[in-house]
Amino acid sequence: MSAPAFAASQERLLAALETVRDPELDEPITSLGFVASCTVSADGDAEVRLRLPTYFCAPNFAYLMVADAYDVVSALPGVRLTTVVLEDHFASDVINDGVAAHAGFVQSFDGEAVAELDGLRADFLRKAVMAGTDQVCRPLLAAGKDSAALLAMTLGEVPPSRGLSRLRERRAELGLPAGDDAPLLIDPLTGLAVAADALPLHMRRAQVTRISIEANGGICRGMLRHRYDTPGQGETPLSRTPEEDQ
Amino acid sequence: MYESNGEKYFVVDAHMHYWSAGPDNWVPGAEKYAEGWIKCFHAYQGLGPPETHWSLEHFETYSEDDLMKDVFEDGHVDMAIFQPTYLKEWYKEGFNTTERNALMGEKHPGKFIYNTRFDPRDGDEGLAELKRNVERFGSIGCKLYTAEWNNGSRGYKLSDPAAYRFLEAAQNLGIKNVHVHKGPTIWPLDKDAFDVADVDHAATDFPDLNFIVEHVGLPRIEDFCFMATQEPNVYAGLAVVIGGLMHARPKFFAKVMGELLFWVGEDKILFGSDYGIWEPKWQVEGFVNWEMPDDSELADYPRLGVAGKKKIMGLNAASLYDIKVPDEFQLPASAGVPGAQEVLGEPVAGA
Repeated sequence: MSAPAFAASQERLLAALETVRDPELDEPITSLGFVASCTVSADGDAEVRLRLPTYFCAPNFAYLMVADAYDVVSALPGVRLTTVVLEDHFASDVINDGVAAHAGFVQSFDGEAVAELDGLRADFLRKAVMAGTDQVCRPLLAAGKDSAALLAMTLGEVPPSRGLSRLRERRAELGLPAGDDAPLLIDPLTGLAVAADALPLHMRRAQVTRISIEANGGICRGMLRHRYDTPGQGETPLSRTPEEDQ
Repeated sequence: MYESNGEKYFVVDAHMHYWSAGPDNWVPGAEKYAEGWIKCFHAYQGLGPPETHWSLEHFETYSEDDLMKDVFEDGHVDMAIFQPTYLKEWYKEGFNTTERNALMGEKHPGKFIYNTRFDPRDGDEGLAELKRNVERFGSIGCKLYTAEWNNGSRGYKLSDPAAYRFLEAAQNLGIKNVHVHKGPTIWPLDKDAFDVADVDHAATDFPDLNFIVEHVGLPRIEDFCFMATQEPNVYAGLAVVIGGLMHARPKFFAKVMGELLFWVGEDKILFGSDYGIWEPKWQVEGFVNWEMPDDSELADYPRLGVAGKKKIMGLNAASLYDIKVPDEFQLPASAGVPGAQEVLGEPVAGA
């Protein structure tokens, strides 16, 4: 009845997939509803099927999600063979075959790409840092801090929250300062503290970046629901998505 | 014309289509792309109110009569601007060509403006076609879909030298307005296809052209907003914002409108229904009667009053397209200059 400790299970697969994010929306592919199914056989053969809101979702982001899913699943103890299949996408075959062959993006899209996707990923991590800055600062401002006071704050002085942990993780991923003594407000490109004269624009950009990402997430969820009438594995119901959280 | 609370709104639908997307128009061998494209559009319609949803079959091949009824009879639109999208690699006769639009529009004088398009990858032949279209259809605007697939290429940037050659030619032919529509692919594919930095470059280098970024740069609203504050000749096309958010995600709609009013301003936002994705009726009625909700989170945003709504619904587009608007719809001079080229709040000298 109970599997051996080292055996992979569907729960472990799903937990691993929760660490894979849509790079544009900065949300786990599980909660977005992108995991159509994930199964593992008694012998440790894992199969993950992914789905996206449209047939024409950008192929570079799709590739990142498939490749990341492949990497986290194949790294699980007890997994022998990993198959990740992106369904119903114009570039499904190229992406699925490329990821399975560990070919990389350039080789998979032969002649259509000139670089791997690290630069793209970093660009979107920087957007996530900006959006996360708004998420962390908004409650501080609502609690009566003025924005000038935020300039002097360090991450260690911000009360712990899920948003703060997420902001620290994204900054760390980019190699930006993320420790207790790091400034709360930094330029996500240089890692330098935001200067006083740049503060108003920085805060407005953080806000519009967050709204842009969340509005896109809203549209993507609506499109996915129109396309598939079954919930994804680990999907967060629409009623519990960011808009209603606030 | 739409009237609400005693106020009359002149309505210009600055972004709409008359496409042909049924299976009989699919290119053999490319059926899956043609089908995928129209199904993707159809899913967008799903974000509107349920009573406005169409069957896929109707959506693929709505008729001229449907369009006239939905847009003009029921939809309150006074003047509509056709925005063509060719996609000839997938659709035999094209998805929605300048010619198809004009053949229909000619039967309804005074109702339509025919924008044309170009693709910088088409070279000299493309330039000749652009010239023919401008001369034949009187186009003063063009729509560019940068993600179009063309001969193995998955897209282009406005800052490409070939694109500059076309923009220059278009300007010489009398084109004033360039509607830019970003899509999911570009060359090379490892770049962000939705990035609007190329529009920024082109807008700087072609100050006499107006660049209307459709669906306000979605999914890159933040980059679009920042760019639009710096370029006096960059405008926001509201297609998809109303259709995709006002009904489905009203709170995001309020926030996105608030951001657009803050960064871009009410003089530089143009209504577009994106018909046949969404019918104009519910969009016009909903937008004119929309108010920024009374919510502390939205308190810092500029308010949108009657004058702003009149500009967005039609006066801004009328200014860009030299559409004569009857006096009863005009604003007092104190309401500013609709459609003026400006960096938010600062008119550009000589513009």
